[in-house]
Amino acid sequence: MSTGSGQTHQVDAGVALLPGDAARGAVRDGTRTRRPRRSRHRPAWEEPPSRAGAVVKVLVLAGVVLAVLFPLWTVVLTSLSTQAETIRVGGLVTVPGELTLNAYRQILSGGIVTRATLVSLGITAVGTVLSTTVSVLGAYGLSRPSSLWHRPILFVFLVTMFFGAGLIPTYLLVSSLGLIDSYWALILPGAVSAFNVLILRNFFMGIEPAVLDAARIDGAGDWRILGRVVLPMSRAAVAVVALFYGVGYWNAFFNAILYINDNAKWPLQLVLRSYVLQGVTLPGSGVGQVDVATGAVTGLPIKMAVMVLAIVPILVVYPFVQRHFTKGVIFGAIKG
Amino acid sequence: MTSLGQIVRRGGGGTAATPDPVRDPAAASAGPRRGTPPVRRLSLRTRLRRDGALLVMVLPAVLLLGVFAYVPMLGNVIAWQSYSPYAGFLRSPFVGWANFERVFSNPLFLDAVQNTLVITAFQLVFFFPVPIVLALLLNSVVTPQVRTTIQSIVYLPHFFSWVLVVTIFQQIFGGAGLVNQTLRDAGLGSGFDLMTNPDTFLVLLTMQSVWKDAGWGIIIFLAALSTVSPEQYEAAAVDGADRWRRMWHITLPALRPVIVLLLILRLGDALTVGFEQLILQRGAVGADVAEVIDTFVYYQGVIYGDWGFAAAAGLVKGVVSLALVLGANKLAHVFGESGVYQKA
Repeated sequence: MSTGSGQTHQVDAGVALLPGDAARGAVRDGTRTRRPRRSRHRPAWEEPPSRAGAVVKVLVLAGVVLAVLFPLWTVVLTSLSTQAETIRVGGLVTVPGELTLNAYRQILSGGIVTRATLVSLGITAVGTVLSTTVSVLGAYGLSRPSSLWHRPILFVFLVTMFFGAGLIPTYLLVSSLGLIDSYWALILPGAVSAFNVLILRNFFMGIEPAVLDAARIDGAGDWRILGRVVLPMSRAAVAVVALFYGVGYWNAFFNAILYINDNAKWPLQLVLRSYVLQGVTLPGSGVGQVDVATGAVTGLPIKMAVMVLAIVPILVVYPFVQRHFTKGVIFGAIKG
Repeated sequence: MTSLGQIVRRGGGGTAATPDPVRDPAAASAGPRRGTPPVRRLSLRTRLRRDGALLVMVLPAVLLLGVFAYVPMLGNVIAWQSYSPYAGFLRSPFVGWANFERVFSNPLFLDAVQNTLVITAFQLVFFFPVPIVLALLLNSVVTPQVRTTIQSIVYLPHFFSWVLVVTIFQQIFGGAGLVNQTLRDAGLGSGFDLMTNPDTFLVLLTMQSVWKDAGWGIIIFLAALSTVSPEQYEAAAVDGADRWRRMWHITLPALRPVIVLLLILRLGDALTVGFEQLILQRGAVGADVAEVIDTFVYYQGVIYGDWGFAAAAGLVKGVVSLALVLGANKLAHVFGESGVYQKA
């Protein structure tokens, strides 16, 4: 690792890792005569940070948080501002001025963005259900090491994690299957991730064997055991895998560049790339057009509204991701 | 039905240690799991009847992988062909190693390899340590609520698409972006544009990677830190170790396996540098700095139609990457770490 100087400089308070309860307990059991600045979460044996160290720590962490939140703030604010406001400030809006929902009304009243959003939602929904179902079945099918042909089948999955076939043969395959301009081209090629299957398998294999044996003695077959015993016990793991597939489908754009030539079928990410990143004129929406009267490029609020549209689904599922992450589901799987 | 319900409630969240043949093949072959009948001396028919349902369950996934992962692997045969889409796999003429010879003598390919390695190396130095430092810093925040809140915020961009991330950077650092807008208002010139400047492209890429994925790394390192028992710190403190010595002797050793694991994964992926991130920006900054192996393959094949040549370049990358993963893993074993997988 490091010799300590550069890195440890910022980590002034050192190691204070304690789960909250333990920390509180330590303080409660310890002395009640706390000094004024002492956090009730800090264990009694740990020296409080120096003033300079605390300042540096607060500054760095505040900077990090700001670096994430500020761009989002200005994007959302600009999407809610009027065209005139963006022209007045000469670009992105950072301080709330004249607010309106016009941009959203415009892009959601039919047209390319509306259609692209529906396409993305559809692909995400169908893809996530398909991928999750296939992965859960695959994971359960691989969860009994003594079962028939277990090693070779597991090997089939593992190989795909270490060696990818490559872009060109995959593209030629998809096109020779006649999937160009088909939504299935955005779903099927990446439908199964061996990594996700192994995450689920790891989780299923952690279930107490006695539980499964008891179900088997009660006469349940593997289908029933999966549906009635394993799945109810693995909701968190299945949810995490589903979310990962879902986010993957929602965020994918390059497969659409490859396989979708008809821009009426474009998903939202591709619309975002063309009309916002590359500044191609969005037909009928005013994005990228030059305002005759002012000479300014119009449609900044609309561009930002398209971006917000791409963020919203992520924000909707984010709390679920958070909750399951704290359970360490993924981390355990990564190590495995 | 009732009995099953009771089982579910009784057994919630059991974590029995089960032999895992991926990590521990010896344990798997040593004996069957508790409760399952012995493997040996059962006829194929009996085993089929017993495990048939499992085979049916695994079938859809195997089929999808077969079609979309294994068939393309075979499709790499066109790397030895002068492939034409009209003639197809079967009737395109074989040309021996000609495509590979062209790949290795192509200056653009060698540039792409160089760019790829430079980006990987730069990010290893300037991106890889960031989550470690931030995780240690965050770990030193004693108030749990503050810690969790910051963690949630920093982790959020990991779930954004590259299109979104690049667009956000364009809006902030581009020619029509917020920084340039601010500089212009302050009368400090209006030439600022990070998005099209080839000289600073490495920095821009790394900033984007840090913004998007540092939070992900932080979560992993924090998880590793949370496995350290608080008693260890307390005992060390009571023995007179100050916070630096506690970090050096307790915290960093706890992080070591994770750091090694992530380094292995990164090394195995050395030839893969954010394909989506680069393809989005190749047009703006130019191929001189933004052409990497993956984008080279895409342009030569899909755009210019030199299929056999592009497939050969892609195959070279795939084989070298495989060697890198296996090599890195071996290296990890030499250093006494468990690595990504263990040898059978």
